[in-house]
Amino acid sequence: MSLGLLLVQGLNGLQFGVLLFLVAAGLTLVFGVMDFINLAHGVQYMLGAYLGASLAALTGSFWLGLVLALPAALLCGLLLEWLVFRHLYDRDHLSQVLATFGVILFLNQAVRAIWGSAPLQMPVPPLLEGGITLLPGLQYPVYRIAILAAGLATAGLLWLLVERTRVGALVRAGATHAPMVAALGVDIRRLFMLVFGFGAMLAGFAGVMAAPILSVDPGMGDTVLILAFVVIVIGGIGSVRGAFIAALLVGLIETIGRSLMPDLLRLVMAASPARQAGAAIGSMLVYIAMALILAVRPRGLFPVRG
Amino acid sequence: MVTIGRRALLGTTLGTGAALAMPAVRAGAQGGGGSPGVKIGLVAVLTGPQAALGTQLRDGFLQGLKHLDGKLGGLPAEVVVIDDELRPEVAVTKVRAAIERDKVDVVAGVVFSNILAAIIRPVTESGTFLISTNAGPSTLAGRGCNPNFFTTSYNNDQVHSVMGQAAQDSGYRRVFVMTPNYQAGRDAAAGFKSRFKGEVVDEVYVPLTQLDFSAELAKIAAAKPDALFTFMPGGLGVNLVRQYRQAGLANIPFLSTFTVDEATLPAQGEAALGFYSAASWAPNMENAANLKFVRDFEAAYGYVPATYAAQSYDSAMLLDSAIRKVGGRLADKDAFRAALRAADFRSVRGPFKFGANHYPVQDFWLCQVAKRADGKYQTETVRKVLENDTDPYAAECRMR
Repeated sequence: MSLGLLLVQGLNGLQFGVLLFLVAAGLTLVFGVMDFINLAHGVQYMLGAYLGASLAALTGSFWLGLVLALPAALLCGLLLEWLVFRHLYDRDHLSQVLATFGVILFLNQAVRAIWGSAPLQMPVPPLLEGGITLLPGLQYPVYRIAILAAGLATAGLLWLLVERTRVGALVRAGATHAPMVAALGVDIRRLFMLVFGFGAMLAGFAGVMAAPILSVDPGMGDTVLILAFVVIVIGGIGSVRGAFIAALLVGLIETIGRSLMPDLLRLVMAASPARQAGAAIGSMLVYIAMALILAVRPRGLFPVRG
Repeated sequence: MVTIGRRALLGTTLGTGAALAMPAVRAGAQGGGGSPGVKIGLVAVLTGPQAALGTQLRDGFLQGLKHLDGKLGGLPAEVVVIDDELRPEVAVTKVRAAIERDKVDVVAGVVFSNILAAIIRPVTESGTFLISTNAGPSTLAGRGCNPNFFTTSYNNDQVHSVMGQAAQDSGYRRVFVMTPNYQAGRDAAAGFKSRFKGEVVDEVYVPLTQLDFSAELAKIAAAKPDALFTFMPGGLGVNLVRQYRQAGLANIPFLSTFTVDEATLPAQGEAALGFYSAASWAPNMENAANLKFVRDFEAAYGYVPATYAAQSYDSAMLLDSAIRKVGGRLADKDAFRAALRAADFRSVRGPFKFGANHYPVQDFWLCQVAKRADGKYQTETVRKVLENDTDPYAAECRMR
C-alpha cells in the first residue's frame, strides 16, 4: 500500500465521515435534547435524496434542486413531528421505537408508491464534474471534495449555532436538564419542534449531497441509520462535538479498515482466506471500535450529562 | 441469481417444511380436475429494494399472456401474483396457500435463488410443476435436479464463466475481481476464474450493504489491471457503475454479470455506456419473436425489458406450448412433463432447448450498454461467446 493510496483512502474516509455527521447531528440532538429515539431519522435522509433528485430533474438544475429540497425536507420533518412524534415524547422508549419503526415502513412504501422501486439518478452538477489526479490513473472526483468541504462548513456553522447563540444555549441546556429549562419559562415544545425540523433538514441535506454518488432507492436510509447510531453512541449522546469526532472516526475506520484488513491478514495467512476474512473483519471493525471505546468510556467520548 | 446464505436458508426451510407438512392436506388431485381454466401462481419480489426486478418478471409474463389472448394452450388462464417480499418464510407460506387454497396448476417466476431454495420442496412435493424464470442455482442443476422443476433462465455459474471466456477471448492478461462477500459473490468469482486463464491481480470482497466503493476504486487504480470483473446486483451496481465512471476508471474495461441491465440502466444512465455484461438475451436481438416482444412490452409498460422480463415471457410461451400438447389435461403429470421438456415454442432468444437437468442449453453473448435513438439505454449483443452451452452440472443430474 503506497502513501498515495493511503492519502486517497483517508480522503474517502473523511468524506464518508462528514456525510455521517450530517445525519448523526440531528439524531444526537433529538435523542439528547428530547430523550426521544427516532429510528425514522434515516428516512429523512432518504426523503432528502428523493426530493433533491426529483426537484433537480424538474427544474433541470442541481443547485435549484438542492436549494428547494432543503425547505421541503424541513417541512417533511415538521409535518412528521406534528403528526406523529409529538404524541410520543411522554411515552417510554419502547413505544417510540415501535412507532418510529412504523414510520420507516410507511415512508419506505410511500416513496415506492410515489417514485417507483427502481433507483433514481441525480446528475453531478457541471460545475463540480471531473476530478483531480491524486494517484496515477485515479481521478478523485471534485464532487467528493465538495461534499467534504460542504460537510466541514456545515459542521462549523452548527458549532457556532450551538455554542455561540441563544438558541444554541437553550438546546444545550435542554440536553442537560430539560425540566429545568421548562421551569425557567422556555417553551420546550417549540424548542423540540425547532430542533426536530433542523435535524430533519440536516439529514435531508446529507441525502441530497449523497444522491449523485449513491443510488437513490427506497430503504437507502436504513443502512445509514445504523452507522449514525454507532456515531452518536461513540460520540456521547447529545453532543454535537462528539458526533463530529465520532463520525470522522467511523468514516476513517470503515474505509481504511476495509481496504487495509485483507492486506494485513495476508501477512499471516494464505491469500485466499485472507481476502475473505479480511473483508469480514473489515466490516466488523467499526463495531469492534465502538465496543472498545464504550469499555473505556461508557458514556461515549464527550458525554453531555455527568 | 442471488443467493443470500443459501445453506442457512435451506436449513431453516427444511425445518419449517417438515413442521408444516404434517397438518397440510395433500392437494394431489388439483389441476385439471374438471376446471375449464388454468391457474398460474407467479412468484415475484414486488416490495423492497429489489422490487424493480420482480416487476420486470411479472410484466414479462403478463405480456406473454397478452400475446396469447389471455389463454395458455387454449385454456383461459388466471395468474395469481405472489409477492415473496424477498423473505423465504413469507414465500413458503404464500406459495403453500396458492397451491392448497387457490389450487394453482403451475408455480412460475422467482427472481432470487434463496426464495427458490425455500419453495422448491413445498411446490414439487405437492406434485405441482415449478418453472423458474430467473433463479438458476447450481444446487438444482446437478445432483439436486428435480423432475418437476424447469428453468427458462440459465445456471448462474454459466453466466459468470461466459464473462471469463470473453475476457480470455479479448486477450486480457491481468484482471481485477470484485464481488460481494456472500455465497453468490464467491460463486461469481469462481465461475469467472473457471474459464479465465490469465492472472487475477486481486480479489476484493465487499459487504452486501456497501454504498461507497471509493476505497476499492483506489485499489483498482493502483493495481492497473487490463480489465475489471464484477458482479454487483441491484443498487450495489448502480453505485459502483456511477462511482467507477466518476473516478475516471472507465478506460479500464468493465466486465460484469447482473450489474448493468435494463432494470438498473435507468439509474446508471450515461455512466454505464460501453460497459460489458454477459447474457443469453438482449433487447436488440433480431428475431421475429423478440421484435414483437420488445415492441409491445415497451408500449404496454413504458420501460425497456430486461432478461427478467424476457425469460418470463418465454415461460408463458413454454407453458402455452406444453398445455396445448397435452390437450389441457394437466392431471397427466408425465405427459405434461414430456411436453414441457420438448420446449416446442419460439423463444425470444432464438434457439432454445432443455438439457437433461431441465436447464436450457443455449447460446451466450457478450453484451455492451448502448444508447438508443430514443435516448433510453439498453444492452446490445457484441459477439457470441459460447454456442449451445450445456451447464457444467448437467452430467451429475439423475432424474428420479
